[in-house]
Amino acid sequence: MTAIRTEHLTHTYSPNTPFQKVAVEDVSIAIEEGEYVGVIGHTGSGKSTLIQHLNGLLAPTSGKVFIGEEDLWADKAKLRSFRFAVGLVFQYPEYQLFGETVYSDIAFGPTNMGLTPDEVDSRVRQAARFVGLTEEKLQKSPFELSGGQKRRVAIAGVLAMDPRVLILDEPTAGLDPKGRDKILGEIREYHQEKKNTILLVSHSMEDIAKNATMALVMNQARLFCYDRVEEVFGRGEELSRMGLAVPQVSRVFLSLAKRGIPIDPRVYTVEAARDEIIRCVKEGRQGK
Amino acid sequence: MIKDITIGQYFPGRSPVHRLDPRVKILLALGYIVLLFIAQNAWGLALGVVLGFGAYVISQIPLVMILKSLKPVVPIIIFTAVLNMLFVDGEALWQWWIIKITREGIHTAVFMAVRIICLIAGTSLLTYTTSPIALTDGIERLMNPLKRFHFPVHELAMMMTIALRFIPTLIEETDKIMSAQKARGADLETGGLMQRARALIPILIPLFVSSFRRADELALAMECRCYRGGEGRTRMKQLHMGPGDFAACGIILACIAGVVALNLLLP
Repeated sequence: MTAIRTEHLTHTYSPNTPFQKVAVEDVSIAIEEGEYVGVIGHTGSGKSTLIQHLNGLLAPTSGKVFIGEEDLWADKAKLRSFRFAVGLVFQYPEYQLFGETVYSDIAFGPTNMGLTPDEVDSRVRQAARFVGLTEEKLQKSPFELSGGQKRRVAIAGVLAMDPRVLILDEPTAGLDPKGRDKILGEIREYHQEKKNTILLVSHSMEDIAKNATMALVMNQARLFCYDRVEEVFGRGEELSRMGLAVPQVSRVFLSLAKRGIPIDPRVYTVEAARDEIIRCVKEGRQGK
Repeated sequence: MIKDITIGQYFPGRSPVHRLDPRVKILLALGYIVLLFIAQNAWGLALGVVLGFGAYVISQIPLVMILKSLKPVVPIIIFTAVLNMLFVDGEALWQWWIIKITREGIHTAVFMAVRIICLIAGTSLLTYTTSPIALTDGIERLMNPLKRFHFPVHELAMMMTIALRFIPTLIEETDKIMSAQKARGADLETGGLMQRARALIPILIPLFVSSFRRADELALAMECRCYRGGEGRTRMKQLHMGPGDFAACGIILACIAGVVALNLLLP
């Protein structure tokens, strides 16, 4: 089943003024349920604008957005319920914390959903567990925590709504490698346990390669492609021309294939690369 | 969206009005206000209207902008016009119960309305053609003599500059925080007054926190570059009076003199 679908989605900022700017143009895409999608694109390619359409924060200038089978904008009264179905974690989400305690901040979303206090409580604890926040941290003020911990509180605030689709805009921006791996690992675990749909916007091709199954590439407000990760990275040259770097493994394999070595250039993880090299070497021996 | 609000109505351009020294422009605006208020009769006021209109034409600011600048003061204009119409004594034209409209009343009402319109349109031209930074720069230079009385002129101007600089940043920040809380189901559009006020808490707290953070960072950055107030500070962009500035001053002085003459000649 499709989780999210857009039809000829176009968005223009400040229409009919000198500042008019088309941020997203004619994007049609269908994302299947349970996929882990990496969203790639240059700064200003329209990624952030696109994802803000998927939970109705921005209204399309033209075109349509469907959540499941339902038209997002068909009934404005139901708009809020779609916001709970599609959870969006913004860039630098820690700047949006406001609760007196970590607990109350995480509880903001579920409380807005109108859940009973018991349900809210179990949602908060479950979300806190996913991002590795201890019981004692829940009673602290979010402003006492470190940067990485604040970010995890903010992500937990969206996880607690238990959305069918989870969208994260650069969740690891400005974190050290350790903090980055930790957050990405937590998201991966969450995905495996909940089997929900995830969209991860990232600048790091390594992060996308390690986690995502599908990749969505935006280029100059248009959809460049939406395909399986290995297919997308196999088009490394086109990506480089757009100013996007492919993972290091892909780069090595693409240039090997270019030199006429019979190797599959769609390999992008270290593990797959190892297997592919072994296969290639073995075949080479047999050939001799 | 909140982003569409324009603060600081500067309209970039290269017209002679744009190129005037900001100090001169502030003084011209003051002169124009004086002119409007010393005009005692319709001829004097007409001179003011022509002068203001001419300045708009030279500045190449679209004339619709006059209407835009007047929009917020329409209630004040109507209010004063009605009051003048009803409460100025004189020859009655129409009477009903205790309400009386006089010939003099209508005259004063129209006169005052035109005066307010010119006042707003004229001073708006100053902000349309001067960037906020140039404006504060001009204000600082004009207030320089106050330094003798230990008035913190430079500090005041720096505060204004910083405030103006951060308005767009804070608007953007507010927009982002609002979106983020809406994504968590915050309901900002419905409910009673109390409910709406309470709905603002999740937006105001992060906004305050980030404003303080920004202020801290800015203070640190300024100190790192050895900022220590206005004493001995020189400027990269010096203000210079050009022939255009003197010409503009001449025009406004001539017009003020003209209005005074009209007041004396036509009682």
